[in-house]
Amino acid sequence: MKKIISGNEAIALSFGDSGGVFASGYPGTPSTETLEEVARLGQVYCEWAPNEKVGLESAIGASIAGGRALATMKHVGVNVAADALMTLNYTGVNAGLILMVADDPGMHSSQNEQDSRNYAKFAKIPMLDPANSQEAYDFVRDGFEISEQFDTPVMLRTTTRISHAKGVVEQKEKIEPKIGPWVKDVPKYVMLPNYGKIKHVEIEARLLKLQEFAENTPLNRIEMGDKGLGIITSGVSYQHVKEAYPNASILKLGLIHPLPERKIREFAGLVGRLMIVEELDAIFEEQIRAMGVRVDIGKNRIPLCGEVNADIIREAVGDSPVEGTAPITALPQRPPIFCPGCAHRGLFSILSKLKVFVSGDIGCYTLGALPPMSAMHSCICMGASISAAHGMAKVNEIAGRAEKPVAVIGDSTFFHSGMTGLLSLAYNRGNALVIIMDNRTTGMTGGQENPGSGRVLKGQPARQVDIMALVKVLGIENVVGINAYDLAETEAAIKKGLETPGPYVLIDTNPCILRYRIKKPVITVDPEKCTGCRACLKAACVALGLKPAADGKKQKVQVDPDICNGCGVCVQLCKFDAMSAV
Amino acid sequence: MDIFNIVIAGVGGQGVLLASKVLAESALASGMDVKQNEVHGMAQRGGSVISFVRIGKEVFSPVVIPGTADILISFEPLEALRYAHYLKPGGMLVYNKVTINPSTVASGLATYPADVEEQIAKACPDARRIDALSIAREAGNAKAVNMVMVGAVMKKLPINAEVVEGVVRAVSKDKGVEVNLRALNGGAAA
Repeated sequence: MKKIISGNEAIALSFGDSGGVFASGYPGTPSTETLEEVARLGQVYCEWAPNEKVGLESAIGASIAGGRALATMKHVGVNVAADALMTLNYTGVNAGLILMVADDPGMHSSQNEQDSRNYAKFAKIPMLDPANSQEAYDFVRDGFEISEQFDTPVMLRTTTRISHAKGVVEQKEKIEPKIGPWVKDVPKYVMLPNYGKIKHVEIEARLLKLQEFAENTPLNRIEMGDKGLGIITSGVSYQHVKEAYPNASILKLGLIHPLPERKIREFAGLVGRLMIVEELDAIFEEQIRAMGVRVDIGKNRIPLCGEVNADIIREAVGDSPVEGTAPITALPQRPPIFCPGCAHRGLFSILSKLKVFVSGDIGCYTLGALPPMSAMHSCICMGASISAAHGMAKVNEIAGRAEKPVAVIGDSTFFHSGMTGLLSLAYNRGNALVIIMDNRTTGMTGGQENPGSGRVLKGQPARQVDIMALVKVLGIENVVGINAYDLAETEAAIKKGLETPGPYVLIDTNPCILRYRIKKPVITVDPEKCTGCRACLKAACVALGLKPAADGKKQKVQVDPDICNGCGVCVQLCKFDAMSAV
Repeated sequence: MDIFNIVIAGVGGQGVLLASKVLAESALASGMDVKQNEVHGMAQRGGSVISFVRIGKEVFSPVVIPGTADILISFEPLEALRYAHYLKPGGMLVYNKVTINPSTVASGLATYPADVEEQIAKACPDARRIDALSIAREAGNAKAVNMVMVGAVMKKLPINAEVVEGVVRAVSKDKGVEVNLRALNGGAAA
């Protein structure tokens, strides 16, 4: 039966259809829906790990115990899991193991644009790059076969336009899971130097065998057309190439590491101009140039940044792009912002007012960096808020500056890698105020369960970590609960935390209104009392707006009752008592 | 290159993705190849959303290039303006007249263009303006704006209206079927 599903859904479906036994990972756009779909399909055991490293390590354990395993994450998640990956490549696998990584060219929802293909080269392991949902489905099965045949982990790499684009998929016959023996094999799985040295030799030999496999596998195919222009490409770039030049000759790579050198030479010899179309880094191009093959069009004409499309390819070849009208500029931007009713709005109203340095983290609250709040001043990676604030405080201490930094982090990010930063803060006699916004979900990626939400991925009740007790046991003495909807109380608590020397932690436990579908009574404005001073607009809430006024009259504020979720932040910002709950 | 390109624009939370799903499923049910793509992740937080549906015998890229859209459906006037350049010459624009303030406007950093409808008419003289919210309310649920918008372009699609209705039935939850069908047909009649 044909279905129209996304690349992520196809990977999940194929995992269940290809003998998968265990799946783990951490949410991250654009990879998140993969594990959610494994859970929804209900065929295979799956779970959210607290971070990507734990997810991959658990998948390694599952493979050693004989079950085909999948770990899913976004591109930056591989950085977290890289420690495990860079030795997993040495040990190899027992049952097949796939690491699915979703890249985000164009940075639709990411902090950087790193190209995960570098990891396959770095780790000397095979990588598959599907070009549509059908290939995403097929490559999971191929990936397990390659993994087991060559005793190696396999990376399955998608990009946003593969993970989230929906296309037609035909399902294959289901392979029933077979769990293999759980074998003790010290030289294979214990990477002491003496065993590691032997393994390093083996992985270099394995890479040569994989290269030979790459020469002959149908995963890499030549589609001969017009011989004037030959294009080497993979993944979604293949689709853009077909769109731009349906009749060109194409070497389409499905297995993109290691590259098939003989096939590339053969193809280069068959065509006139040779072009390489790849998003982000010049991974193919550098290797192909190193083979001594002449490349006519590559990164000299195709940008290293952002996504590729058919127009970029046409222009790179020297043809004209589609002639369209220019976009209408000078329109008000519509960036994402805290949902109406979100507790982050209260916190950031106060942080903005107090003008403190906020060391931020990855989550919905990162939006606090945008105007008019503009109340976040650094945000590096998952978990960095507390550790970076600690470093700032130490330098402030050395410099004799009195200002104490504030770290803001969410529950899921705290469990992911914020806890270790807090441990360091306590251990190294740090001096930062840490605010944990515990909204009981992994919000930015759509509301996934986590160790603090009380449920596991498949929805069953789970042990719910007590964050306050956890913070105390890490060595923090000053831990206070706050209610970020109460601005006066929150401001007083923050001031106390800033005045008190040493580590200080505030915890807000208001749940995510979107995830838990919380609806509060809406706010109304008394037009007699509203002076149009706009103080409430600092709440940056899309439910607020200015009412059109007659010429010369000051515009007064109105609340859209369809959008308002009654958090009351605007009520507290109003100095004229003009706003109230219905 | 006989590909039919649809662009759907709106604001996170308006149901752009479900509208896209209905169009894509309808194309599949009509025996055509289809690719549907949107960028989500931060879409729930009131940001601008754009989705592509491409229908044809064989569809390659999931992305619509500006200047090639046969239809632009916009759930909000400002978003119609933002993505008007996606239309090909002579392409059709249908937009919902109900405005939603962007956060930049709501926080007083920018003003909503008072002449948004004039600007749309200038960019696309044949643009159709409909009151999707009123039609959705009449159908029984303000949230059925997305079905109204699908209905508004239904006759212009290379797909039979009955097929679209069948898909709407299939994707709607029990109580919502009748509301959604009324919204769909309300949009078609607008």
